[in-house]
Amino acid sequence: MSDEQQARQQILARKFIEAIPHAQALGMQVTEIGAGRAVITMPYDVRLIGDPETGVIHGGAVSALMDTCGGAAVMSHPSAPMGTATIDLRIDYMRAAKPGDMITAIAECYHMTRSVAFVRATAMDADMDRPVAAATGAFTVESGKGRQK
Amino acid sequence: MKRPEPVQIVKQRRDAMLQNLVAGVPYVQFLGISFERHGDELTAVLPYNERNIGNPMIPALHGGVTAAFLETAAIIELSWAMTWEDMEAGKITEDSPRILLPKTIDFSVDYLRSGLPRDAYARARVNRSGRRYASVHVEGWQDNRTRMFAQATGHFLMPTRDG
Repeated sequence: MSDEQQARQQILARKFIEAIPHAQALGMQVTEIGAGRAVITMPYDVRLIGDPETGVIHGGAVSALMDTCGGAAVMSHPSAPMGTATIDLRIDYMRAAKPGDMITAIAECYHMTRSVAFVRATAMDADMDRPVAAATGAFTVESGKGRQK
Repeated sequence: MKRPEPVQIVKQRRDAMLQNLVAGVPYVQFLGISFERHGDELTAVLPYNERNIGNPMIPALHGGVTAAFLETAAIIELSWAMTWEDMEAGKITEDSPRILLPKTIDFSVDYLRSGLPRDAYARARVNRSGRRYASVHVEGWQDNRTRMFAQATGHFLMPTRDG
């Protein structure tokens, strides 16, 4: 793929992800995408609080961010799949995200077969050295040939 | 002999505790999740909302919404089971402070079919609940109870309780 093609694929992938209604509802923004790797941010929002006493974001919102970021990493893989869906996703919650901090997720599609994409992801708040959550997932790979979903 | 309590008193007490658990969590309101109660059985309800869509082409519910919905159903069921006895003994009243919720250690979602653009339901089962840790399984479905669209297992850290 030429640099120009790659740049076009990245713009397309960014637009595609930011157009997802739920990604929009959570204010997600794609800051980096390409070659099976994606970085997506989600701003702190009081509507996403899971613990009113501390103001900590609900784990579910972090799940949504990780799932989106995982899907984005798959879509940006050089083999250019036509679509993807989550088969399974496991999230480990290591610590509470600091209230007020933006959350950043980094996902990497580390292996891809004709039908399955394997993904690892990490979520961080402003303290980038101590991840908030880690995830591993398997995603479908839609080739666009044959049966369409 | 002690007379059984009037039904409305029993219902009021149980509904008040359910409110104590659910109300005041902004994210639960954000997704629009509510709980239906039949005796001690809880069913979580996620009404359809365009905002919860993840794939506008199909269209399908966002996997993250499904995960969040199942996680919420698991946490509320676990807290509910944990506090049921105290509530029935009259130790928890409407004026009691908010009950502390368990913290998720890990949560693993199995996506069985794509979530359709309509209401979703979930019911959780506490498989093991110890003093510190608990393991909970959740089933999510839409039109047919026997055709799950997702299931999940999570481990939780129990809140420290006084007394």
